[in-house]
Amino acid sequence: MKGNKLFVFFVILVYVFLCGPLLIIITTAFDSGNIMSFPPKGFSLQWFSHAFHSETFMTTLGISLKVAVLATLIAMVIGIPAAYALSRNNFRGKATMQSIFLSPIIVPGVVLGFAFFRFLTLKLQLDVFTSLLIGHVIIVIPYIIRVVGSSLENLDFSIEDAAMSLGATKLKTFFLVILPNVTSGVIAAFMLAFINSFNNVPVSLFLTGPGVSTLPISMLSYVEYNYDPTISALSVILMVMTVLIMFIVEKTLGISNFAK
Amino acid sequence: MKNKGIYLLLIPGLIVISLFLFLPILMTTLPSFIGDNGLTLGRYVDFLKDDYFMSILIRTLRIGIITTIICVLLGVPVSFYVAKSNPKIKGLLLAAAIFPQLTDSVVRSFAWMTILGKNGIINTLLVSTHIFQEPHKFLYTESAIIVGSVYLFLPLMIISMVGVMDSIDDDLIEAAESLGANKFTAFLKIIFPLSVPGMIVGSVLVFTGTFTAYTTPQLLGGNQNTVLSTLLYQKAMTLNDWTQASVLSTVMILITLTVMFGINKFASKLYERGV
Repeated sequence: MKGNKLFVFFVILVYVFLCGPLLIIITTAFDSGNIMSFPPKGFSLQWFSHAFHSETFMTTLGISLKVAVLATLIAMVIGIPAAYALSRNNFRGKATMQSIFLSPIIVPGVVLGFAFFRFLTLKLQLDVFTSLLIGHVIIVIPYIIRVVGSSLENLDFSIEDAAMSLGATKLKTFFLVILPNVTSGVIAAFMLAFINSFNNVPVSLFLTGPGVSTLPISMLSYVEYNYDPTISALSVILMVMTVLIMFIVEKTLGISNFAK
Repeated sequence: MKNKGIYLLLIPGLIVISLFLFLPILMTTLPSFIGDNGLTLGRYVDFLKDDYFMSILIRTLRIGIITTIICVLLGVPVSFYVAKSNPKIKGLLLAAAIFPQLTDSVVRSFAWMTILGKNGIINTLLVSTHIFQEPHKFLYTESAIIVGSVYLFLPLMIISMVGVMDSIDDDLIEAAESLGANKFTAFLKIIFPLSVPGMIVGSVLVFTGTFTAYTTPQLLGGNQNTVLSTLLYQKAMTLNDWTQASVLSTVMILITLTVMFGINKFASKLYERGV
């Protein structure tokens, strides 16, 4: 099958489809022309300078980073103990518990956004940043549970019994024995949760308000009314961030873990 | 640690999810079942009778189904190739699929705007080579949404299928070939049936993803091609029609859950029967 030239050609075509559009975006970001064009007219960094000098984009980039980091950290504080409890024990209702913790990914994004808007913004009258933060904590919890959970499943829990029989307390065992053994899972979970919070559109869309917005939302409203390579330049910056995150995941848990 | 203490570890998460996920969703969906005279399904009957809503519901389902079929047709052979490649190439091909998957959906849709737009790459190419006299409208069509959705979810299909393909024993293919099957027959008769359960799981992910996506239909579909998610946003935030937004929320949740549980159950039955 692998020797079949037609088949290889088909695979190459699919990969051109997957990578081509992003490569085009990268070339337009370095264009010296005044409008979006392909092939580019010349090399310049003007669109990067344009992006970096845009107050809207820089402010919303800051907010996106802040929300993504804080939401991920909070989700970890809530999620890691739960992931531990779910993987360490067999108890009645375990499957139900698991699906409760994974349920945020089942609900359609816009429905979540609308429900958060009505509850957090209208009912509880929370400010925009707090609502965004709570919304993002909910959407990233499943990633923490799944990734940390799967590294805990692979852990030999006899080391825990060993530590405890040597006199370590439960808390000490957890922080000094269990956690260091799943560091790679914790780092990978952080990265995945971070990128999913950072890239989120449907939830943020409902929760952003005057003055407080996230980068994807400000990019979304920008491309609806403008059409120039500023967005390409921003895209390249985001792609660099994505590559960095993939690199860290590869170095910790291994990128092939995505395929499980 | 085999004591009740373990439940304590679950409690913070349960509280947060009940308070900030289940409660808001119930508060959003339940009022749509309450009318002037108590419980009613009236709003849902109205929804099903309304031609405009129905056309949007059908369009959303159609886009989801076509996208899923294309993702299966492209993703299954590609994932087989990736899974059976040598480790170095496999890592590279997986990374090339994961990279777009982790890239922002606004960026990915924007890429297709530059390709399909009126002054986009395809039109520039077709007009400059005199195949077309003037630009053709590719952007802001249903097909544009489908192309953008395939682009959005094909990586997911490939990534989830590679795991399935990995677990298929190479010896089976060799056995088939040594018994006289050619490569194509071996793929069709051995690999394909064994990958059906994984394919169904991948299809559910692609379908529900496409069905609920907002960014792609918003940017590539324009105003003419509203889907359920963009309609929900319009109703809720532009028109402040919360009742209809609630009805739409319930409809979207119900369809997503039906597809997820219905089809996954079907897949596990297939699996039990050993198809």
